[in-house]
Amino acid sequence: MQTFLQQIINALSLGSIYALLALGYSMVYGIIKLINFAHGDIYMLGAFTAYFVINIWHFNFITALLAAMVISALSGVLIEYFAYRPLRKSPRIAVLITAIGVSFLLENGMSYLVGSNARSFPQVIAQVNYSMGGILISNIQILILGIALILMVLLQLIIKKTKMGRAMRAVSVDPDAAELVGINVNQTISFTFALGSALAGAAGILIGMYYNSIDPLMGMTPGIKAFVAAVLGGIGSVPGAAFGGFLIGILETLFQSVGLSAYKDAVVYLVLIIILLFLPAGIFGKNIKEKV
Amino acid sequence: MAMLEVQNLSVNYGVIQAVKGVSFNINQGEIVTLIGANGAGKTTIVKTISGLLKPKSGGIIYQGNEIQRNKAPQIVQAGISQVAEGRHIFAGMTVMENLQLGAFLQKNRAEIEHSYAEIFQKFPILKKRRNQDAATLSGGEQQMLAIGRALMVKPKLLLLDEPSMGLSPLFIQKIFAIIKELNEKGTTILLIEQNAKQALAIADRGYVLATGTIQLSGTGQELLTNPEVQKVYFGG
Repeated sequence: MQTFLQQIINALSLGSIYALLALGYSMVYGIIKLINFAHGDIYMLGAFTAYFVINIWHFNFITALLAAMVISALSGVLIEYFAYRPLRKSPRIAVLITAIGVSFLLENGMSYLVGSNARSFPQVIAQVNYSMGGILISNIQILILGIALILMVLLQLIIKKTKMGRAMRAVSVDPDAAELVGINVNQTISFTFALGSALAGAAGILIGMYYNSIDPLMGMTPGIKAFVAAVLGGIGSVPGAAFGGFLIGILETLFQSVGLSAYKDAVVYLVLIIILLFLPAGIFGKNIKEKV
Repeated sequence: MAMLEVQNLSVNYGVIQAVKGVSFNINQGEIVTLIGANGAGKTTIVKTISGLLKPKSGGIIYQGNEIQRNKAPQIVQAGISQVAEGRHIFAGMTVMENLQLGAFLQKNRAEIEHSYAEIFQKFPILKKRRNQDAATLSGGEQQMLAIGRALMVKPKLLLLDEPSMGLSPLFIQKIFAIIKELNEKGTTILLIEQNAKQALAIADRGYVLATGTIQLSGTGQELLTNPEVQKVYFGG
């Protein structure tokens, strides 16, 4: 029981990271029906931004978090503007392939610029472990979960309560109708990329603090896992993405804890296959039928 | 001077030339109807006026300004609001949120509140269902919501694309009554209909469209009694 609870604690940290990443996938898919394969690399950019501002300018955690989020948001917006927007009227497969291309560009571009070796992430907050009834929780784990939950609540508020959030939902349901009520569709898409990428940037600094190691290819596997999480939760659904993220985190950690570490990635992809076969709309997926 | 003047408009829809040199005009305070079979180019014309499509050639003059290059949001801002074919309400959002989105460009809070009140008075059913997901409304209620949403910007010119499509006869009567009432209160209306008889009955003037060109035009009454129109559109 104790080990199980311990693993759940560990799973929640990893799950928070996946959830933050999955939200970006889901939002971008919701609004332009694109699986943004470069999303995992934006998370990498967030981690590197934090690495540099902490090491060079000695930013503290909060300012480094904000810097990572801002730089990531900016990168997301620029990528959308230069790579995806010119293809707005092209077949979806063209945009998808472009996304893969952007992903390669970011991974190899960063390898070229900073070297492909792993770097140890600076300890911006000293780790403290608390023991409660034999279960170990570190302050970093609490921080990860706390920041993830705060950001998710903020995101939900933006989407549900603000004018821009309503515009995002309107564009994702019906872009033509959105334009007819006066919504600037391109601006709304940029805003969505900014939000999703900012969350990825936050995930980037948090994972850096958790694993203490970052490298230019760090976004590949978590990116794909977060994509699975988004599909599991129901792509396009925000609560679904959060839920899917935690679920994948738990699944992976539990597999690891029973000694099947070698299969921890495989099991996530197995989940993807099962979901696509039996529940293609995901757990929270919408299945809207249009009235005639 | 006409409120809206469409001059020699040609529009391509993919590779097909859907509209071929169409000209017509709408005067302040009128109900003008475009009738014609499926594929005649009616919806293409409306979408070009509202800025969703760009013309290949020709012009659209609204209150003396060329608007054919403007984007849809600018055109809404200028006072032309469209109720799209198939209603296009925002599913998954409440009735109230749909109306709020209709007021996306409105800044004045008091005016927005006033618009809600007006729309709820016109469509009491929307008030009753205001916190309900718009997708759960019946077809007729969705059409009312689509019209209500388009009215949130207090348009000078309202474009209605097939508002009676798929509705029960009772709802069709209601929708036509509403159109008439809106017009009497000062909104100029361009009505696109396959339901030619009813459209011509309430229209000041009408244009008959076939394969992308205007075949006939006249007052609503003239077209209603025109033997050609009767033969083709009212089934002989």
